[in-house]
Amino acid sequence: MTLNRRDFLKVSGAGAAAALTGCATTASSARPHVVVVGAGFGGATCAKYLRQWGPNIDVTLIEPNDKFVSCPISNWVLGGLRTMDDITHGYDRLPRHGIKMVKDSVVAIDPAKRFVKTRSGASIAYDRLVLAPGIEILTGTVKGFNEAETAGKVVHAWKAGPQTALLRKQLEAMPDGGTFVMSVPAAPYRCPPGPYERACMVANYFKQAKPKSKIILLDGNPDVVSKKPLFTDAWNTFYAGMIDYRPNNAPLAVDGDKMTVTTEFDDVRGDVLNVVPRQRAGELCAMAGARNDSAGNWCAVNFTTFESTTVPNVHIIGDSVLSSLPKSGHMATNMAKICAAAIVELLAGRQPDPIPVVANTCYSATSSTTSGYVANVYRFEAGKGYVSAPEGGATPKGDALNFTYNESWAKNIWADVLS
Amino acid sequence: MIKKTTLAIAGLAGLALSGVAGAADIHTQSIASTCMSCHGPGGRSQGAIPSLTGLDKAYFVKSMKDFKAGTRAASIMKRHANGYTDAEVEAMAAYFAGLK
Repeated sequence: MTLNRRDFLKVSGAGAAAALTGCATTASSARPHVVVVGAGFGGATCAKYLRQWGPNIDVTLIEPNDKFVSCPISNWVLGGLRTMDDITHGYDRLPRHGIKMVKDSVVAIDPAKRFVKTRSGASIAYDRLVLAPGIEILTGTVKGFNEAETAGKVVHAWKAGPQTALLRKQLEAMPDGGTFVMSVPAAPYRCPPGPYERACMVANYFKQAKPKSKIILLDGNPDVVSKKPLFTDAWNTFYAGMIDYRPNNAPLAVDGDKMTVTTEFDDVRGDVLNVVPRQRAGELCAMAGARNDSAGNWCAVNFTTFESTTVPNVHIIGDSVLSSLPKSGHMATNMAKICAAAIVELLAGRQPDPIPVVANTCYSATSSTTSGYVANVYRFEAGKGYVSAPEGGATPKGDALNFTYNESWAKNIWADVLS
Repeated sequence: MIKKTTLAIAGLAGLALSGVAGAADIHTQSIASTCMSCHGPGGRSQGAIPSLTGLDKAYFVKSMKDFKAGTRAASIMKRHANGYTDAEVEAMAAYFAGLK
């Protein structure tokens, strides 16, 4: 059923000629095929909008998981504001757009012959490939992490799912007066405000349920990476004396038996340890040879199409992209839309939008009733990349109105991605 | 400008494929779609964020201008409004006014 590139060109050439003679319907057999790998915020959005804007395009979406588990709002689960069910959603509505869903994992990519190989042994050919794998967490960079993780003692919970549920259980089991130790990876990492929101959510829970408890935040960065005024205001007003923030304290090692995190300065003991190692672009990007920055960590793309700068016909969206854009779920959906629009144009032999504009909106809860945001609009400028428009930025203080917007945002973006 | 170029190229190539959303040019279609991440698919919102579907065009334009100028109180919309040109605001207004 799947067309290879030569077939596609042959038939689309015939289609173009037919269109000139007024028999365009004969081109309907020439359906280009786009394969999207990864059905998170970026991938699912890209598949959906490809079908919406390019109904003549066949779209296959490959994803190993049964359900979508949202990283945004997963910190609320840790704080007890929401349950795992609230952040878990089915993919059942996507096939209604004409997307072919394949439950499988990609194990190899051949960009020269344009096909992917899956774990179950299938070869799926493509005209254009979209990779939306999210991040690979470099667990090996923190000594002892792999052992502690395998033993179920220490998790990162930086990909929402079973680790989120486990970390919540660990927090629930912790006695009052205990210490929660969390580490923040050196930037760039997924969700810049995420670690600080997590500290707020755990503090909110401790304040209600275990008020004698403490949080030690070991930051691998020299300062709070995102929304500093918002978070420091919350830490000082809502959680005074509870959060011990330590900049320049990257974790070097973790010991799940002694329950310590080792930094350059000392061994920090805790009752619950949440170590978030450094990250890079997902493994899928490496399979395609697209993790192409100087350190081999992130993927440089053409910003009008999100096509790899080095691997033709392979597009990368979301957290894996090397850019000035924040690594957020919201940003991934916006990249996905620009990428989908560009692929529709490219497959039709037209020029993509040369000046795409994307926006990021990111809410963070600071308590069970208050949130703040950061918002920016980014306009592509040739030779410069995406440039932030003036007046973007973050709220200095959380409030109740933004908490209601935060809740509404989550419902709407989940609906936009999945329905 | 983009619309004209796009149509010219499409016309020349004889690739008048169907499915490009209505009369909206691709730039407008893309920027309008980015609004939907917060305002919901098709501009239909659940919860506190307002819907954009079928919004009166003049009201949309005035709201964005007032957000930009700071004459209408806003939480997040001043940040967004500043990022778009007047022509883009007009085009987005027409796009959402046309959605049912």
